[in-house]
Amino acid sequence: MIRAEKLSKRFGDVAALSPTDVHIQSGAITAIMGGSGSGKTTLLRLLAGLEKPSTGHIWYGDEDLCTISDKRLYQIRESMGMLFQYSALLNSLNVYDNVAFPLHEHTDLDEAVIRTMVSMKLEQVGLRGFEHLMPSELSGGMAKRVAFARAIAMDPKIVFFDEPTSGLDPISAGVISTLIKDTSTKNRMTSIVVTHDVPAGLSIADHIILLWQGRIIAEGSPDEIRHSTDERVQQFLEGRPDGPIPFSRSTTSYIDDLTHKPGTVRLES
Amino acid sequence: MSELTMKQSGLATFLGRLGRSTLRGCEQLGDATMLGLHALSLIFSKPWQGKHFIIQLYALGVGSLAIIVITGAFTGMVLALQGYYTLAKFGSESLLGAGVGMSIIRELGPVLGAFMIIGRAGSSITAEIGIMRVTEQTDALEMMAVNPKRRILLPRIVAVILAVPLLVAIFDVVGIGTGYIVGVELLGVNPGAYMAELVAKISMHDIYGGWVKSVVFGFLIGMICTYMGYRAVPTTEGVAQATTQAVVISSVCVLIIDYILTSFFL
Repeated sequence: MIRAEKLSKRFGDVAALSPTDVHIQSGAITAIMGGSGSGKTTLLRLLAGLEKPSTGHIWYGDEDLCTISDKRLYQIRESMGMLFQYSALLNSLNVYDNVAFPLHEHTDLDEAVIRTMVSMKLEQVGLRGFEHLMPSELSGGMAKRVAFARAIAMDPKIVFFDEPTSGLDPISAGVISTLIKDTSTKNRMTSIVVTHDVPAGLSIADHIILLWQGRIIAEGSPDEIRHSTDERVQQFLEGRPDGPIPFSRSTTSYIDDLTHKPGTVRLES
Repeated sequence: MSELTMKQSGLATFLGRLGRSTLRGCEQLGDATMLGLHALSLIFSKPWQGKHFIIQLYALGVGSLAIIVITGAFTGMVLALQGYYTLAKFGSESLLGAGVGMSIIRELGPVLGAFMIIGRAGSSITAEIGIMRVTEQTDALEMMAVNPKRRILLPRIVAVILAVPLLVAIFDVVGIGTGYIVGVELLGVNPGAYMAELVAKISMHDIYGGWVKSVVFGFLIGMICTYMGYRAVPTTEGVAQATTQAVVISSVCVLIIDYILTSFFL
């Protein structure tokens, strides 16, 4: 189980994540949802150890990710995978080498075995036969699927998914969501999915964490979230423009800005 | 506000900015040194990066060969022309070989060679690493339990440190060769005198000085260009800015260090 205590992150004067406690169940799919700028990706990157928290601790079992050595962190990461928002495929390598990359790095397996394993992973994502293509020759959906195959190449225990369906057509998004659900169930993987795709999040997750302005505003099973009485949760789920979550992030009055800033048009009442 | 107070305030602002810039510069210098040394320290631990080092040596070294040969050739030719013009005034054309050789081996080879490598290879190192940051490839390496400092920085730094002296040596040979062609074949300098003066006047001390300069320049270029890429602001503009800064800072550092080393090797 992954456990975070009083986890917070500031970038200069901006508080991206306010002190937060998070519990991620082993073998389950946890979706971290929320609007843009709510701190989802920051939380994911903190949990993955890609960012150092401003305060708090992240426990993997009985080890604190914030205090362990780099060597130990890399050892732990051998059992992790991550699908990045923009795929993050290595540009200089073709599809085969991208998927085989972690296997080449961390195993002494024969190339024939690696070839078979890569073929299996690519078959899972429906891209067997595309091994020779370079990342620049792939569409966004294909790149995401290759990145998915790479993320699960080592059969990791924990996989992080950062906006896995963003920018994809509905079919590709559906395929990726199904892949996350199926792979997590079959491999008993702990999956942490950051998404603002409400239908996808509700359909694949066992547990949902809903963030707003760097704070957790709701947490629970998809049913509990669906039936939440919190207005903010309902506004987010239904995608309503009006409600307690304002669309505009400006803190000053638009009219005041227009009428008092030098060089702008004076509006006479 | 009185004129005196305004002047004092202006001076305070200027000093404040100067102080902040100096502190930021020192901070970056320290950060670059720590990052470079940390990457270099990984050379002693497994997994070895031999294959990636060879790839980088080929890309940076062989890729810069053409520009080095062209620059070396024209530098030698111009030196021969200018040298002949000056020496002829004193009736000392026979010293042309020594003049061309000495200038290239001690000074122009390492400095111009370093400039060309900065423009050709250094800028590409910064841009490549910067783009890897923008596209989260370095984060992807981290998540695949591969240390990006070991995998990306180390092979490039070592490749540049090795490639610069080799390319400078080629620059020297080509420059002296084209200087010979222009001096002897076009301007009619006695070939025996050209070679005899070249061999007699250039000592091992000169060659050693040029070699030390090229190694130091390689180290500087490797450290600065990898650092600028690795610490680039992860945006398109940030990478462009980092690439420009890498070229400017490396070039200025080469000139400053060149002066210091020259004063030691005189």
